[in-house]
Amino acid sequence: MASHGIKNRVAIIGMGCTRFTEHWDKGLDDLLIDASTLAFQSAGVTKQDIDAYWFGTAQSAMSGIALARPLGLEGKPVTRVENYCATGSEALRQACYAVASGAYDSAMAIGAEKVKDSGMQGLNAFPVPNDGTARTLTAAAMFSMVVPAYAQKYCVDRGELKRVLARIASKNHANGAKNPLAQFRKEMSVNQLCAMPAVAGDLSVFDCAGVADGAAAAIVVRAEDAHRYTDKPLYVKALSMVAGNGSGLMDRAYDYTTFPEIVLCAQDAYAQAGITDPRTELAMAEVHDCFTPTELVLMEDLGFCPRGTAWSEINAGAFDLDGDLPVNPDGGLKSFGHPTGASGLRMMYEAWLQLRGEAPIERRISTYGKRHLALTHNLGGYPGEMVSFVSILGTERE
Amino acid sequence: MTGSLTKGILSWGTYLPYRRLDRTTIVAVAGTGGGKGHRTVASFDEDATTMGVEAARAAMASAGDVVPNTLWFSTVAVPYLDKTNATTIHAALRLHSDVAAYDAVGSVKSAVGAIRVGLSSDAPTLVVSSDLRYGLPGSGDEAAGGDGAAALLLGSADDGPLLAEFIGRGVATEEFLDRWRVPGENRSKSWEERFGETRYAALAPAAWAAALQSTGLRASDIDHLVVTGTHDRANTNVARSLGTRTDALVDSLAVTVGNTGAAHPGLLLASALEHAQPEQVIALVVLADGVEVLLFRTTDAIATFTPTRTVEAQVVAHGTITYGRYLAWRGLLTVEPPRRPEPARPSATASGRSREWKFGFVGSVDSEGEVHLPPSRLDSERRAMAEAHGTIVTYTVDKLSYSLNPPVVFAVVDFDGGGRLPIELTDVDAAEVEIGGRVEMTFRKLFTADGIHNYFWKARPIRGEHTDKGAS
Repeated sequence: MASHGIKNRVAIIGMGCTRFTEHWDKGLDDLLIDASTLAFQSAGVTKQDIDAYWFGTAQSAMSGIALARPLGLEGKPVTRVENYCATGSEALRQACYAVASGAYDSAMAIGAEKVKDSGMQGLNAFPVPNDGTARTLTAAAMFSMVVPAYAQKYCVDRGELKRVLARIASKNHANGAKNPLAQFRKEMSVNQLCAMPAVAGDLSVFDCAGVADGAAAAIVVRAEDAHRYTDKPLYVKALSMVAGNGSGLMDRAYDYTTFPEIVLCAQDAYAQAGITDPRTELAMAEVHDCFTPTELVLMEDLGFCPRGTAWSEINAGAFDLDGDLPVNPDGGLKSFGHPTGASGLRMMYEAWLQLRGEAPIERRISTYGKRHLALTHNLGGYPGEMVSFVSILGTERE
Repeated sequence: MTGSLTKGILSWGTYLPYRRLDRTTIVAVAGTGGGKGHRTVASFDEDATTMGVEAARAAMASAGDVVPNTLWFSTVAVPYLDKTNATTIHAALRLHSDVAAYDAVGSVKSAVGAIRVGLSSDAPTLVVSSDLRYGLPGSGDEAAGGDGAAALLLGSADDGPLLAEFIGRGVATEEFLDRWRVPGENRSKSWEERFGETRYAALAPAAWAAALQSTGLRASDIDHLVVTGTHDRANTNVARSLGTRTDALVDSLAVTVGNTGAAHPGLLLASALEHAQPEQVIALVVLADGVEVLLFRTTDAIATFTPTRTVEAQVVAHGTITYGRYLAWRGLLTVEPPRRPEPARPSATASGRSREWKFGFVGSVDSEGEVHLPPSRLDSERRAMAEAHGTIVTYTVDKLSYSLNPPVVFAVVDFDGGGRLPIELTDVDAAEVEIGGRVEMTFRKLFTADGIHNYFWKARPIRGEHTDKGAS
């Protein structure tokens, strides 16, 4: 048994993404129609040309009918998928495997979330009947526990670490400010961010992802067919997925400075893609910065820098738009916003724009034209108990 | 009553909630009422059942191998009607299903009645009493009341060494209206104070004389006199009238705790036992819709008995609460609820399946000795974790999560002897939490939804234990 991957067997030939924002005037159906229409136009196809659909939504709808009805699909297989905040990535993973298997010539992955109809701030999971003993802590509080643990393990002063986290947020705000589809388009200085009141551990609201409505979609075909649709397809180099078993919550050896599911997931993805040094081989990465300490730890878990060095690398600007490995050039969850079911596909949308040279010049990554691989990383859950997804996409089919 | 038929007390446990209300702070808000000293206040996540569990756990921890045959639970502040509350305590204590569990609830007097039943039972009986005393803002009941719980493990010398033998009793029952409350109300009413005072004064001599007569003792033989009941002035006057030595009167805890209603007879009896020497006589006099007198004589065994925690130690170890927050906890001041979805009601079927975990805090152990919390079905061995102490590995303060008392203080706890659990802390101020802090488990009510009390466990700082901070 092994994880072989499907390197170079499937290609993305069209993508679409709505703005992520508080869409008071749009419902789930509108978001699905908008994102899918953009993707169809991008690929130059119609809904009839797509053989099968995978629809990711964490909690905005159930079943494939919720996509088939607004799009008016007739006799198509539509599968609704859910995997926490990695739902959008999971939709793409299923669509790619379906095409790679030979079952279909083409497939669409679409992710959407309508979260701003609940009347409450934040994300609110619908309750599954249970015995009442489950943790009810917010995700912000769970991830906030990384901060004291990281500071203690690597002897980083808590005040210094707070500035590092603010620098992550500031970078993502700066990138998002240049992105017309982002939820928050305002630059924030490190000093401004450090002055925000804490709401969970050391974290302020500005350490948390934006909560937004939105949708994103991708159309995939067999790699050998890709050039029938576009001169610049994105080839799928790796799709990796790990679901943790929750043991981190009970394991006394777990110290909240790493996410083991992500380490395993990244290793698998690099093996599938044949990557040995992600820091120098990747042109960019879109990572799941649901909270600023998450992005801090991800830099190490994804192998972008050695253990205990992410905080100093961040300070040195290594992951800035003009750094040597730009991370979250579109603003990330922090600034672009986080409609759970759409986020994984939104990350791929930025890879689609950047690697094909379609990102506006003021947001263009420093590595453009020099490297041709992008990584997207999407997670769901909490420290000790998470699902992790990593994809590698590239412009070259070698 | 001789030989193996002698009944008495095998163990006891008490519980005082951590928070105290300074009575002098009441008048500034309520415009009236208050007084001197402090009263105990049950936390927002406590009720009569959870406090009863804490007292019962303490009693059982000191009980050696004795297993009760029957559990009785008494309170006026009853969490459930129709449904038995004692079964929750039964589950939290992990008692076997062949142990009976009954409520005797509604009146203050029910508690002393349950003690009487236990003392006439043929098998060990655990009698748990617990109460939260209510009153409208500014009322005498609000200031004079207190919250707390007590548990007595009763049985015969055949069951284990008796710490105090039950040696005699007297009773005087009479119907008269002194205090009353209609179900659903959060306050009691009372008749003119003088009426009750004269009724108790009239009834006490007969019950007292009957008790002394059954034992051949004189009033001056009493070493510790407990007088408690529903009428504070009657308590004081009857105590003075019984002819006991002036040094015999046991502190009513009025200044430090308040009158804990149904729990008070057990609480004060425990307090007397904690101060008693071997071969001393303790009289428990309860004035509640009549007069009950119970006489006990301590044995040599009491000299070596160590309560899990003394009343005195719990009086000392406390934190304060503002009057505003007290009113909010009691539902007497409606504050803005959290702007988060209200929690869903726990499922009866799911709760039933996870009974051992939810109520008993029982984990499992895998083949490599790792403790799993909650228990894993893949493990064959179970491990009771409620009495395990733990150390805070890391923690956070959550101002966003739904809570009736925000912010939520939450910690990852490593238990001595194995096991880790991320769990909410209670009876804690956010500023005092630190990595390496020591905690113990406490049975609480997380929330109530659709009238269902969601009971589970939280961790709280161990007060007064020597800690090696920073030790792993």
